[in-house]
Amino acid sequence: MAISRTTRLSLRTLALGYLFVLVMVPLGLILYRTFEDGLGAFWEQVTTPASISAIQMSLLIVAIVVPLNVIFGLVTAIALARGNFPGRGLLQAVVDLPFAVSPVVVGVSLVLLWGVRGWFGGLAEAGIQIIFSLPGMVLATIFVTLPFVVREVEPVLHEIGDDQEEAAATLGARRWQTFWRITLPSIRWGLAYGVVLTVARALGEFGAVLVVSGNVPGESQTLTLLVHARYIDDHNVFGAYAASTVLMFLALVALFLMTILNRKREDA
Amino acid sequence: MSTVVQARPESGARRRGRRARSYGGGVGPLGIGVATLWLSIIVLLPLAAVLAKSLEDGPAGLWDAITAPSARAALILTVAISAVVALINVVVGTLIAWVLVRDEFPGKGFVNALIDLPFALPTIVASIVLLSLYGPNSPVDIDLYATRPALVIALLFVTLPFVVRSVQPVLIEVDREAEQAAASLGAGNWTIFRRIVLPALVPALLGGAGLAFARAIGEFGSVVLIGGGIPRETEVASQYIAKQIEIDRPESAAAVSVALLIIAFVVLFALRLAASRTQRHERG
Repeated sequence: MAISRTTRLSLRTLALGYLFVLVMVPLGLILYRTFEDGLGAFWEQVTTPASISAIQMSLLIVAIVVPLNVIFGLVTAIALARGNFPGRGLLQAVVDLPFAVSPVVVGVSLVLLWGVRGWFGGLAEAGIQIIFSLPGMVLATIFVTLPFVVREVEPVLHEIGDDQEEAAATLGARRWQTFWRITLPSIRWGLAYGVVLTVARALGEFGAVLVVSGNVPGESQTLTLLVHARYIDDHNVFGAYAASTVLMFLALVALFLMTILNRKREDA
Repeated sequence: MSTVVQARPESGARRRGRRARSYGGGVGPLGIGVATLWLSIIVLLPLAAVLAKSLEDGPAGLWDAITAPSARAALILTVAISAVVALINVVVGTLIAWVLVRDEFPGKGFVNALIDLPFALPTIVASIVLLSLYGPNSPVDIDLYATRPALVIALLFVTLPFVVRSVQPVLIEVDREAEQAAASLGAGNWTIFRRIVLPALVPALLGGAGLAFARAIGEFGSVVLIGGGIPRETEVASQYIAKQIEIDRPESAAAVSVALLIIAFVVLFALRLAASRTQRHERG
């Protein structure tokens, strides 16, 4: 298409204008509002006891969710890519299911399963509290992040094929040896990408965690819940901006890592 | 990923036969069992509990809970707003993808990276961010708090990447020679776009719009602050569900959850069907 300069410029202006109004200006404004009173004011809001405990809570959830997702995600990805068993198609569909479920519905489903009046309500009666405490928040986060590792690793497994794995097995390698020496090194960038997506989503999850958390400041509040509570309950708008800026910074780090890992994957 | 599987069906079957003896299917029956158990406990059992709860009073009870006035209003509003958002995304997403592929300007790499930001940014932050500009404290005096346009803006923000990222690769691959041929035969730009470029983009557009729609109907975090959640005005389905849990009416929360799930499944299933149909069309 030979497009005139005017058309080209006006299309560019329209597209960039849309991004400017929808993304750039609001983000810039938050940064401005956060830092307009200087770094000290920001730091004060980020280091309140409630805020520190929220950061620890978020990190704790990430620390529990990531290893679980890596272990079970790898098992699932290998089973789906290498196994040939009845119900494989169904398993594939279940892995994608969390993408189609609203975060709030995730929370509700966990309450109905693990809550006092739920199917596993016996646990709560026996003193093992799942809902309105840490295990519920972990379960909610695992639910929403479950597809990432599987979906990043499985295509790589298909791509590399199993010739090398078979060769290793023929030469007498045990299954573990084959996994550590052959499989893991070839899927490492895909796995790393899946982990970054998992961490970003785990830190950012709000709806699912809100429904199942007790939302008690200093006890069962994550960073995203803190943003919400400061804005809605405490009317501490500046504090909400400050906590949002922390989350925004973490999102940017994730985005940066994703770009780097993408390049690594393409080179590999 | 599925294309990789489909691309080499014979070699896959042959390998599988050999592997059964030598490598035992990767993780073996134990691994398959572990994966199934994991997915069941984390995903299937909770969803089954929702379905069971919604059907506690039979299908009639489910229907009553979904058609209760404020539940119905929330569902209709959610679907209508999501449809509007998907449509806007089709137009603007194509425009942005086109500019990113066919235009050159300084800072293009930055703009390209910016598109993914809504995926990485927590939804509650999106809500706060948009509220700072389009809320009561707006520096430009645009207060959209608790209005339907605010819902549209919040959903446009979180669904920004879908259409752009599905159209972009297709636009890079599109056959430019056909465009040049059409131009040399005297076709205007608009005709070329409509007759040559657009048909090639349709599957990607449908896919992107469908994903954006599915995301929008379930969205919660980004609308919770800016939407206000006024019943029958700006309360979307996810907010309605959260409120029902808060006031301890789990049956009604489960019923509307099931309605949302069904809508999402129908849309995603239709997408998969449409995608496989266009694929067959292209091959035939």
